[in-house]
Amino acid sequence: MAIEWVRDVDEAIRRARESGKPVLADFSAAPT
Amino acid sequence: MPLKIHIREQPRLFERFEARWTPTQLILDENGEERYRIEGFLPKDDLLAKLEMGLGKLAFERKRFEDAERQFHDVEVQHPESGAAPEALYWEGVAAYKSSNDAGRLKDTARDLSRRYPESEWARRASVWAA
Repeated sequence: MAIEWVRDVDEAIRRARESGKPVLADFSAAPT
Repeated sequence: MPLKIHIREQPRLFERFEARWTPTQLILDENGEERYRIEGFLPKDDLLAKLEMGLGKLAFERKRFEDAERQFHDVEVQHPESGAAPEALYWEGVAAYKSSNDAGRLKDTARDLSRRYPESEWARRASVWAA
């Protein structure tokens, strides 16, 4: 199953607050 | 909630969260506060173990000690060869002590660490409980 990555930190935190689940923030410099 | 931050797209977030090396993974609580940090590449099993370790630390920080104990236990059962396993065993003992107030749990943990991961830093940290 593909992961749906969010790219907006405020959106991720808002969704975390709604779901009660934490945010996993992945900081990357890998080529895209 | 998975959040991807690329250094070329959002360099300010690297500053905000003090990410100085990549890859870095942070577990943030629902207020956006950092609760656990993983820095540098890890093979898949080690990364999964560390992420689950982070969920255990999150429960521990929230004083949900029984949940934390279960989470740490799962890490060392499911990823016994990972680098996080001795750390999980250590914190499992701490969480068990916090929920039971039974110092014998710490002593048992020190013995387990000494037997299963004798070369680990976590066995040395727990050695004070063995006396």
